[in-house]
Amino acid sequence: MADPIHQFEIKKLFTIGNIGGHEIAFTNSALFMVISVGLISALVIGSTSGRGLVPGRLQSVAELSYEFVANTIRSTAGTEGMKFFPLVFSLFMFILVANVIGLVPYTFTVTSHIIVTVSLALLVFVTVLVYGFWKNGLKFLKLFVPSGIPIYILPLIVFIEVLSFLSRPVSHSIRLFANMLAGHITLKVFASFVTMLAGFGIAGWIGAALPLALVVALTALELLVAFLQAYVFTILTCIYLNDAIHPGH
Amino acid sequence: MAVTTSAQTGAPPGKPAFPPFQVETFASQLVWLAIAFVGLYLLMSRVALPRIASIFEERRDRIADDLAEAQRFKDESEGALANYEKALADARGRAQAIANETRERMGAEAEERRRALEQRLNGKLAEAERTIAATKAAAMANVHGIAVEAAAAIVERLLGTTPAAGSVESAVEDALKR
Repeated sequence: MADPIHQFEIKKLFTIGNIGGHEIAFTNSALFMVISVGLISALVIGSTSGRGLVPGRLQSVAELSYEFVANTIRSTAGTEGMKFFPLVFSLFMFILVANVIGLVPYTFTVTSHIIVTVSLALLVFVTVLVYGFWKNGLKFLKLFVPSGIPIYILPLIVFIEVLSFLSRPVSHSIRLFANMLAGHITLKVFASFVTMLAGFGIAGWIGAALPLALVVALTALELLVAFLQAYVFTILTCIYLNDAIHPGH
Repeated sequence: MAVTTSAQTGAPPGKPAFPPFQVETFASQLVWLAIAFVGLYLLMSRVALPRIASIFEERRDRIADDLAEAQRFKDESEGALANYEKALADARGRAQAIANETRERMGAEAEERRRALEQRLNGKLAEAERTIAATKAAAMANVHGIAVEAAAAIVERLLGTTPAAGSVESAVEDALKR
C-alpha cells in the first residue's frame, strides 16, 4: 500500500544558502507557492490586460473574484474594511489556488503544511493587533470588556475574551491545515485501495469499483472543501479585522 | 516508493517525522512563503486590483454616458413629437377658420341674392296689382254702362216706354252701391 504521507514531503530542489544556521532551499513547496502566485497573476493581471469593456471569460473570473472578496469584506467589516482589500484578496486567492492546485495528482499542497497556515494566520493576527492599537489606542482593549456585564463576573468574562482572542490564530490556522491534510490523506488511502484491489485479478477489478467511485466523489468533495476553507479563512480574517476597526461589542 | 529527504531529521532512520512537523524545513518554507506572498501582495495591490477597479469605473461611466445619451435622444424625439402635434393642431384650427369664413360669406351672398329677388318680385307684384286695379276700374266702368243699357232695354221691353236716361243711371247707381 502506497504511503499516504508521502505526498506531504518537502523535497529540496536546490539550496540557496544559510540564514542563522538554517539551510534555505528552493523546495517543492516553494515551487508550488511560486506557481500559485504565477497562476493568480496570470488570471487577474493577464486576463485584464485588454481592459475589456465587455469582459471575456477569464476577465469575468477575475472580476467575479474581485467582487466576491469585496462584498465579503463590505458585509463583515464594512466599507472601512476595504483598506485591507489587497491583503484579504491576496490571502483568499493564494489559499484558494494553492488548495485547488493540490488536488491535481502529483502536485504538492502548500496549505497542507502547518508552518504556512500558521504564518498566514499570524499575519492576520498581528495586522489586527497593530492596526487595532494604532487606530483605537487603548480603546482597542474594550474588545475584551463587553458592555453591560455585571462587575462581579467581569474578570471572568475578560479572561475568557482574552483567551478566545489569543486562540484565534490557532484555530484559524489549524482549521485550514487539518482540512487539507485530512482530505488528501483520505483521497490517497482510497486511491491506494483501488490499485491494491486491482492487483487481485478479475474479482479485485470488480471490488476496486467501489473505492474508485468513492475517490471520484471525494475529489468533488475536496474541491468544495478547497473553496470553502479558503472562504472560511477569508471571512474569519474579515471578522477579525472588523474587531480592529470597530472594537467593543 | 517513499524516497524522502528526511535523512536530516532527528527521527530514527526508516521512520521519518511527519512531514508537516519536520522543523528543519520551516526556515525554507517561511522564506519562500514571505517572498511569494509579499510578491503576490505587491502585484495585487499595485497592479491587479487598481486595474480591475478602473475597469469597473470605466464600465460604470460608459453605462452612465450611454444612459444620458439615450435620455437626450428621448427628449429630442419627444420635442419633435410635441412640435408635430402643435403644427397639426394649428393646421386644424386654420382649416376650421377658413371653413367658417367661407360658410359665412356664402350665407351672406345667398341672403343678398334672396333679398334682391324678393325685391324684384315685390315690384312685379305691385305692378301686377296696379294693372289689376286699373283693369278692374275699367271693367267696372264698362259694367256700369252695360247695366244702364241693359236696365233701359229691360224697362223698355217690360213697359214699352223708354225711360229717361238720368233715372235709369241713378237707379243702377243705387243698385251697384247696395
